[in-house]
Amino acid sequence: MPNDHKPEIGSTIVIQKETFNAILSRLKEKGYETIGPRVKNDTLIYAPIEQMDDLPRGYITEQDAARFHLKHTGHSRYFDAIPGAQSWKQFLFPPRAELFALRKVNNLWEASTPETKTPSYAFIGVRACELAAIQIQDNIFMRSDFNDPIYRARRERVFILSVDCMYPAGTCFCVSMETGPRVKAGFDLNLTELEDVFLLTVGSEIARDLLKGIPFELASAFLLRNADQGLERAASQMGRKLDISNLPDLILNNLDHPHWQEVGARCLSCTNCTQVCPTCFCWDATDEMSLDGKETHRERVWDSCFNPGYSYQAGGNTRPTIRSRYRQWLSHKLGTWKQQNGTLGCVGCGRCITWCPAEIDLTKEIPMLQEEAR
Amino acid sequence: MVTQQIARPAAINTEHLLEPQWAEVTSITKEINDVSTYWLKFTDPAIQKAYTFEPGQFNMLYMPGFGESAISICSDSNDHSKIGHSVRFVGNVTNAIGRLKVGDVIGLRGPFGTYWPMKELEGKDVFISCGGIGLPPLRPAIYHILHNREKYGKVTLLYGARTPADLMYTNEFDDWRKANIDVQVTVDRGDSSWTGRVGVVPMWFYQFRFDSRKTAVLTCGPEIMIHFVIYEALARRIPLESIFVSMERNMKCGQGSCGHCQLGPYFICKDGPVFRFDAIQPFFNVEEF
Repeated sequence: MPNDHKPEIGSTIVIQKETFNAILSRLKEKGYETIGPRVKNDTLIYAPIEQMDDLPRGYITEQDAARFHLKHTGHSRYFDAIPGAQSWKQFLFPPRAELFALRKVNNLWEASTPETKTPSYAFIGVRACELAAIQIQDNIFMRSDFNDPIYRARRERVFILSVDCMYPAGTCFCVSMETGPRVKAGFDLNLTELEDVFLLTVGSEIARDLLKGIPFELASAFLLRNADQGLERAASQMGRKLDISNLPDLILNNLDHPHWQEVGARCLSCTNCTQVCPTCFCWDATDEMSLDGKETHRERVWDSCFNPGYSYQAGGNTRPTIRSRYRQWLSHKLGTWKQQNGTLGCVGCGRCITWCPAEIDLTKEIPMLQEEAR
Repeated sequence: MVTQQIARPAAINTEHLLEPQWAEVTSITKEINDVSTYWLKFTDPAIQKAYTFEPGQFNMLYMPGFGESAISICSDSNDHSKIGHSVRFVGNVTNAIGRLKVGDVIGLRGPFGTYWPMKELEGKDVFISCGGIGLPPLRPAIYHILHNREKYGKVTLLYGARTPADLMYTNEFDDWRKANIDVQVTVDRGDSSWTGRVGVVPMWFYQFRFDSRKTAVLTCGPEIMIHFVIYEALARRIPLESIFVSMERNMKCGQGSCGHCQLGPYFICKDGPVFRFDAIQPFFNVEEF
């Protein structure tokens, strides 16, 4: 039944799947760059999408420690493929961003800041764990005593279309981290994909305006029940689980545990886990100077606590061993993060497990600290 | 942890990340072989006027093309005409600073971090124990005591360096002694003309009398020295809450964002560098943490 009214915030509507193209067009009309999951080179990336056909319809991903396999199953759903290595982090906290340029004029340095237009992104298909990760990074980059101008400008413009996870992958453990699979808050629009239709829950005034004139009906109790059942099934199908009831104490009380040495011996210190992690926020600043020494560009780049130079200072390297770097990463992520920001730094997305070439799996490492705890 | 408040720093750009203010080198004092003090003045007089700091805070000094280095402020916080940084030439950035001449400009952001709790220490005996390049961040605290000498009890400086030639600020020691600060010096290795103490800083604690109820210990220096200074202080029943430590890690952004300087839950650039010891004790003896 076509309807010209705008749905209320908090209401859930049902649309035909093909209507989703109209929503994408609307977003583009409003100046958003629509970014979503796309298949490229046998993997799943986040890239600009123009229409629904760009989405990974009929795909799922099989994931396990050090294993990612994109598989075409031929089903008709658009949002079943659990994402790959990339996360939304790269759009809000770019891996490389020019901060300013300096030119030497008469022994003085003149600064100029790059005149780049801040992009307005519409994220299409943000999973519950990923939304939790964005909220965690909000706490890092938009603190009361520190505002990251690059992150903030992008974050304030972003439109979030989140999606409930119906078919979790083998490395997922969002249920343990209490972040998913159901999206709870922080979205403009939340999409729940059923076999034949999309349910859309309206989360903001912007989304409400966006839907104006788009034909919809309010979702029936039957459809809502259908969605609930799908999410309950998803919650029961997590590939991994982690007991967080004794975190962060378990880690902080076991900083000298022999297991750090054991895992340190397997870890390659390749930084994969920190690059794919949607909450890891460490960054470095580098200078690129012209050969004549008269011009320099200062850039911000992602860094990782696994890089040997990360803790290097005049007195030497604070963490010269892989053991100490792995411990730094995990004791921060699932330990000291809580004191810094009020939450743990892990959302249970499983990327660090999937993309670790050494098959290191934090859901297996943490219990080791517990079992052997002295 | 002590909560510390300071007015919005004059030389931290909140619109453009890491963009420094510029300061001119007005003079250079050679302290010892590999350390010189750079006296800086902002090229913008309005910023110079607005810039204030507390003893124990640091600035990020920026050499275009090389990068930034966290250097503590070693000058008098009451002197608003210039800012002093004693720089040891050890790495890329500090060696580039070493090539600066009077009249050159350098980038500066700051001030950052927590500071020595000079207000809280009033009425107490203050025992300052430091080694090597750990003295510069404590010099502003000494200046503060000189200006307010009557507010503090017995004040002692126990300072160590590798050799007699590595002792810094020695020409000021007489002034400090005149103000009734007990300045005591030791070196790791003497030379033919040295008649003073030989040995590391913590081993001389036995020569001092501490009233543990009213003594505060301030320390900065190599981490291994800090370990043993704390050991000696605790052995004299000085409570954890009366020991203040200035810590060192790889500091890059100064604002608790880039992650490099973490020590457990703390960002040393923001939650430190000055800690009351009870705050960091759980992480202090963990190897390579």
